[in-house]
Amino acid sequence: MVAEKNQKKYRHTTIRNELGLHARSAAQIAGIAQNSNANVWIQKDDQKADASSILDILTLACTKGTKITIIIEDPADVQILKAIVDLVDSGFGEK
Amino acid sequence: MSESVAQENRLKGIGASPGICIGKAYLVDKEGVDVVEKYTIKDEQLQGEIKRFKAAVKKARDEFQTIIKNRPEELQRDYILETHIALLDDKMLYGKTIETIQTEGVNAEWALKKIVSILKATFEKMGDEYLKERASDVVHVSDAIMRNLVGVASKNIAAIDKRVILVAYDLSPADTSQINLARIKGFITNRGGKASHTGILAQALEIPAVVGLETATIAIKSDDLIIVDGNTGTVIIDPSEQTLFEYEERKNGYEEYKAVITRESHLRAETTDGRQLEVMANIEFPEEVISVKNYGGDGIGLYRTEFQYMNRLEFPDEAELFEKYHEVVELMTPKPVTIRTLDINGDKAIANRSGLDEANPALGLRAIRYCLRKPDVFKTQLRAILRAAAFGNVRILFPMISAYYEICEAIRALDEAAESLEKDGLPYTREIEIGIMIEVPSAVILADLLADKADFFSIGTNDLIQYALAIDRGNRNVAHLYQPLDPAVLRLIKRVADVSREKEIEVFICGEMAATARHIPLLLGLGMDELSMNPQSMPRAKRVIRSLSVSDARSFAREALKIKTARGVFEMTQAAYGDIIAELEYH
Repeated sequence: MVAEKNQKKYRHTTIRNELGLHARSAAQIAGIAQNSNANVWIQKDDQKADASSILDILTLACTKGTKITIIIEDPADVQILKAIVDLVDSGFGEK
Repeated sequence: MSESVAQENRLKGIGASPGICIGKAYLVDKEGVDVVEKYTIKDEQLQGEIKRFKAAVKKARDEFQTIIKNRPEELQRDYILETHIALLDDKMLYGKTIETIQTEGVNAEWALKKIVSILKATFEKMGDEYLKERASDVVHVSDAIMRNLVGVASKNIAAIDKRVILVAYDLSPADTSQINLARIKGFITNRGGKASHTGILAQALEIPAVVGLETATIAIKSDDLIIVDGNTGTVIIDPSEQTLFEYEERKNGYEEYKAVITRESHLRAETTDGRQLEVMANIEFPEEVISVKNYGGDGIGLYRTEFQYMNRLEFPDEAELFEKYHEVVELMTPKPVTIRTLDINGDKAIANRSGLDEANPALGLRAIRYCLRKPDVFKTQLRAILRAAAFGNVRILFPMISAYYEICEAIRALDEAAESLEKDGLPYTREIEIGIMIEVPSAVILADLLADKADFFSIGTNDLIQYALAIDRGNRNVAHLYQPLDPAVLRLIKRVADVSREKEIEVFICGEMAATARHIPLLLGLGMDELSMNPQSMPRAKRVIRSLSVSDARSFAREALKIKTARGVFEMTQAAYGDIIAELEYH
């Protein structure tokens, strides 16, 4: 229980791949988020998108350098949170 | 009563691929599913309605998967269809449609239509071009679901069993990858321009195409008898006896003449006084090598490499580029293949990021400027070219050079690519000729400096004329001022030719000007070593060259350079070579 309390339910990161959150990178995020227990959100400024929807992610129009926050609702989804942040940080495997 | 007389109907569009064909129309109708009825669903039937929707989605997914499985090898790396499959069960589309069926108690078709129009509007109002385009992905996906909902069997263009003229609103790559192309006589589309997917495909297949007709799918019905004239961009529906007769004649004349000049196209293009000119081809796809060979090309003077960077989600990798270049080089060997490096803004082609909006792209970050800014993208292409060069005769051509340092940096990048290949132990050769595309006036002025860095110049007349005369050909108000025979243009070409002779490098021309029979005497007289053009124009160009003598052409060019207006040069050409030109342009 203590561990859960200390778990942050959001993390900040920055889009670093050249193409930004385009259809393929969005599809990769959605693929991960679809395994969550509860909602997973991507926030950019005051706009929020459902991370399990490619279309919703695209509407955020995140280009390279955009700062985003990934938010989970259920602490049990912390691995999902980590996986998405890692994916963004890896630049989606783009060269 | 006058109605009983068959009324022929003429539509005017853009000729995207030359030739004439006469035949039955085959309409690929996407409009049919646009009319959607709305009706309410009783509570107890809602689950059934949702089930019906889910089944339609599943069918659409199966269809996409079948297309993916059967698509030709060269399209295997096209991820558009995979993205479409992922969109099929996207919450915003799939989830919201089910929600709408439930909360509003409406039929699935109506719910889907409603959600799609909301999504479409959301994407279309976005500032970013790439994202705007995603609206069409949503529409493609929902069309596929809708077809299965309304039960209209999607017209299976894969099953066309007679030779027809395909009429469509627009043809997507997914559509065309399913067509048995041998069955198609010609293409007609409402949308598209000269460089549209349909046009490029038709040119490669050497069948006529007219695009940008706007109302073709409304005016034409399946099985209508139509004439497609890709030379003039005309489509005639229900032609009269007389029109039909006239076009049969024209078609036969065109084909006979084409056959005659094609037969002799394998012979060298040698002037009456024994000077040989290389007649080369401009191509974009490996498939075009067949036409290059059929039409007797002496090599490839311009291999455009942009297509692999367009309409996709990420840059092509080295392996993919190498594969395409290698294919062309190997098929053409020992004849030369001139590969031009990327001539667009790659970011725009791929992702169109809003940060890169340019008010004036023709003067913006493109071609060599873009490549030098993106060393990784450039290096990938340079490595692929050097590797392909190990398999034949490759020349590299750098586009849009406008300053001395640019060619120096481009060559340095080429050297670095060679070094990295050496390190990786991959087969390659650095022993290739380096060419500079002369298409910016500053390059003409600096030609003497640039010549020290190059083995050849290739004059790209389309852009050179546009930049020199400050004319945008796409602008109706000034398009008529775009004059290849403008004295300013002739002087620019002459300077490049003179510098080349002095510096002992070769000089080629690869713009549309080279493909125009009327301009060939002048180009020969100015001292061009090679003319490069679309493959279909090569037999004609060779025929012109065979009827000319260099010494006459030289004195003609000398006189032409004294003329003060484009009109004057035109008239002089007409007086000196009118008979030769007439024979060629009549057809």
